[in-house]
Amino acid sequence: MSEKIVKTRVLVIGGGATGTGVARDLALRGIDCLLVERHDITSGASGANHGLLHSGARYVSSDPVSASECAREGRLLKKLAAHCIEDTGGLFVAVKGDDENYIADFPGLCRKCGVNCRQVDVAEVLERETALSPDTIAVYAVEDAAVDPFRLCLENMAHALDLGAGLQRHSEVTGFTVRNGRIAATHVQNHLTGEALRVEADLVINASGAWAGQIAAMTGAEIHVLYSKGSLLIADHRLAQRVINRLRPSSDADILVPGGTVSILGTTSIRIQTLDDIRPTIEESDFIVDTAAQMLPELQKTRYIRAYAGVRPLVGSQKGENDRSVSRNFSLFDHAESGVENFITITGGKLTTYRLMAEKAVDLACDKLGIDAPCLTAVQPLPACEDFQWTEPGLAAKQWIQDHEAGDLMLCECEMVPSSVISRVMASIRKQNEKPDLRSIGLRSRIGKGSCQGAFCGVRISAYMSDLPEMQDYDAVTDLRRFLEGRWKGIRPVLWDASLAQEELQEALHCGLFGLELE
Amino acid sequence: MSNQNPTETDKPLECDMMVIGAGMAGMAAALFAAHRGLTTVLVGESSEVIFASGLLDLLGVHPVAAQKAWDDPWAALASLRRDEPEHPYARIPDEDIHSAFGQVTDFLAEAGLPYTLGGDRNRRLLTSLGTEKISYALPRTMDAGPEALADRGACLIMDIRGLKGFSARQIAFARKADWPGIRPVRIAFPGTEKQAEVYTEPLARALEVEAQRETFAAVLDPHVRDVDFVGMPAVLGIYRCSEVMAHLEARLGVRLFEIPSFPPCIPGLRLKEAFEQYLPRRGVRMITGRRVLSARFEGREGFFFEVGASDVQLRVRSRATVLASGRFLGGGLRSDRQRVRETLFGLPVHQPTGRAEWHRRRFLNPAGHPLNRAGLAVDDGFRPLDTNGRAAHPALFAAGTILSHQDWMRSKCGSGLAMASAYAAVKAFCEAGIGGAG
Repeated sequence: MSEKIVKTRVLVIGGGATGTGVARDLALRGIDCLLVERHDITSGASGANHGLLHSGARYVSSDPVSASECAREGRLLKKLAAHCIEDTGGLFVAVKGDDENYIADFPGLCRKCGVNCRQVDVAEVLERETALSPDTIAVYAVEDAAVDPFRLCLENMAHALDLGAGLQRHSEVTGFTVRNGRIAATHVQNHLTGEALRVEADLVINASGAWAGQIAAMTGAEIHVLYSKGSLLIADHRLAQRVINRLRPSSDADILVPGGTVSILGTTSIRIQTLDDIRPTIEESDFIVDTAAQMLPELQKTRYIRAYAGVRPLVGSQKGENDRSVSRNFSLFDHAESGVENFITITGGKLTTYRLMAEKAVDLACDKLGIDAPCLTAVQPLPACEDFQWTEPGLAAKQWIQDHEAGDLMLCECEMVPSSVISRVMASIRKQNEKPDLRSIGLRSRIGKGSCQGAFCGVRISAYMSDLPEMQDYDAVTDLRRFLEGRWKGIRPVLWDASLAQEELQEALHCGLFGLELE
Repeated sequence: MSNQNPTETDKPLECDMMVIGAGMAGMAAALFAAHRGLTTVLVGESSEVIFASGLLDLLGVHPVAAQKAWDDPWAALASLRRDEPEHPYARIPDEDIHSAFGQVTDFLAEAGLPYTLGGDRNRRLLTSLGTEKISYALPRTMDAGPEALADRGACLIMDIRGLKGFSARQIAFARKADWPGIRPVRIAFPGTEKQAEVYTEPLARALEVEAQRETFAAVLDPHVRDVDFVGMPAVLGIYRCSEVMAHLEARLGVRLFEIPSFPPCIPGLRLKEAFEQYLPRRGVRMITGRRVLSARFEGREGFFFEVGASDVQLRVRSRATVLASGRFLGGGLRSDRQRVRETLFGLPVHQPTGRAEWHRRRFLNPAGHPLNRAGLAVDDGFRPLDTNGRAAHPALFAAGTILSHQDWMRSKCGSGLAMASAYAAVKAFCEAGIGGAG
């Protein structure tokens, strides 16, 4: 198939927090841009993290630069993107046996990094946070918060689109034409339509996270990106009001982030060699439960809804033995240094610092393009967009209870998502010239996230979609199969006790009756 | 039954056979025991039966990894017995399976729920996703489905406005390549025009009333002029399906068939109601909505149970026991993060070595998940084995999905295995003549 030529000033590769942040930053500065994403918005690490807006306290000893950045950016985002954030506050908690020197040094380290921290009375905290271990010996309060990364990224993208940016989802970069030390063209393949694009841009910004090294290598530039897989578990209820961190140098399974009605628990840090099959394992889920239960004993008996995994791109020397010791600071590369003039990579960093990363990358881009336009993302609030509010737990239910049209069917009964919300989410997907399916609806709403994990609502929603006049060619069986397999990745590591009953019901329905495994 | 807690002096209920579990295996075991003249008590929470599709599968797929579907279930059984000598079906001769199906379907017919057996053939029918399901004995209300599918002629698929999870268009789309005569239509069920959501149970109850059937037929009538078959959600009555079917078919001049769907569904409810109302007439003492709270052996002579919802409400002493308590959903098996255990007697559970081996990386891997084959290993008389590989008790039997070395969801053999193993267990007890059975 011949390539369709697309011209843009700046091509952004990657639809995670950094890429969507870069697109919005460019658009706010009036610079024409196109973002290409291989799968969907937040399908990499941006959609597979704690959803924690770091106060910075976690890095005060290992990475003071990141700590200070997190502290500043966290405060800024609470002002500018408040609708994506639940300002829970956070606690750092030490239990018997934890390093007493670290406990004593902690307030001083925080002060040095500009991280607010206050010691609180253990007995008082135990009264309010009843899940904490009776073996708790010290507690500090910090300014952590919970952030909805899906909404954050979707809204950055939506704002960029409103300002004139372009977006191509399901579009993978397959190669570059590099001529005279410049990227003359970027070759992109759309997985859904099969269409091939030849993107001619003045400048390319590589914001592909863990994939940054692979993308850069296609131009001949070289970056050493280490892959550190982190897995997390979702517990079926809210165990704490505030973010709970283990008071020790940052390590595995020492953070619990409450969000809506659930709690997110993690992470691990496992060096992996390839990005081909990123999934949480059974060993990891056991490890997370056992370790975090030292701080929150109830976790041993808690029911888990699912697990998930993301890959942190760690940029640094390959000498580091422990991935926790590699800086969580971000890396900005001007590939002019390796002979590709119009190519920038921005990777590493954290969700909390995504805005700053975008700012620095676009500053460099402007510099290279000779554009004099100041960054506006530190002063302009992120507009709340109604299309993307449905990732918020409980919102669809609340609105439905307050008021709903007659005929508005409740399609997802676990998270109470009615057909009107499904329709609006589908319309928002179609607005970007794409066909909705269960997975893309799932990314933009709460469907499949409750205790049925899609087993029931997937059937109801695919039947609903089949009836819509604009879904003439919709293949419900194939869509359902894909959706269920996607959910399964996260279900499998937490299948024990009560979850097994749910799994049995799901398999009896989807295999026993529908025979989906035979299709 | 008294709601008060029994005191120590309350005399326990005495019976020959205690059946634990009110699913397909438990209900069938109670029926077979009663037929053999045993005084029988059945205890179980029957809530899971309403998840049943209403279809009675025998054996549809073997080997599951090869996705080989069989039109002759008896040939499939022969093949299964050769390949998997430890499969529970390998311990049950064909004639006993015939007897089990025969006795249960005779009973159901008497309870107003007639079934049609496949004889020497499996039967293929549509599901509400538009996929093809292989089964064996079908309720009369689904009987025309396989014929319509084989015929691939003019067929209307009807769905109901406001009924979630059932789309006629979805079914028609799935079959459009191989069944051009299929046509979807949506109707508003009379009397529900103002409702947003409708549920199957009130619709099924409405159709039991003749006048309501007339109104329903009038709505459907304009759409059926040029079709032979009409497929629809399972709402053709609960207690008087035959009457409902006969009336509507005569009135509309078409063959009707229900399409199995999403639980909880009416065909499951019909089974539950039929068993609960008619087993007592066969002499079975039914204690549903309760469960066995504790169980112990009383030497080799029998068993002693405490029964209740949460507090003990009743005690039972039996000579023999059929354990048909199901798997994780039914509560017969339970796990922690390390291993699976049997919940009542602490019987050893045959299982994969660790959680990493329980499930495959793909949910829909045709080979099925190894944990599905976990369960109770039994001897030829369906007695669960102890850790030494011997019968744990001479009069303790197991039936249904709790049995090991089978994956009913992938083999499509759930109800058949439940009935056949229940039959084999009861037969083994009676033929062993322990303490002069019967």
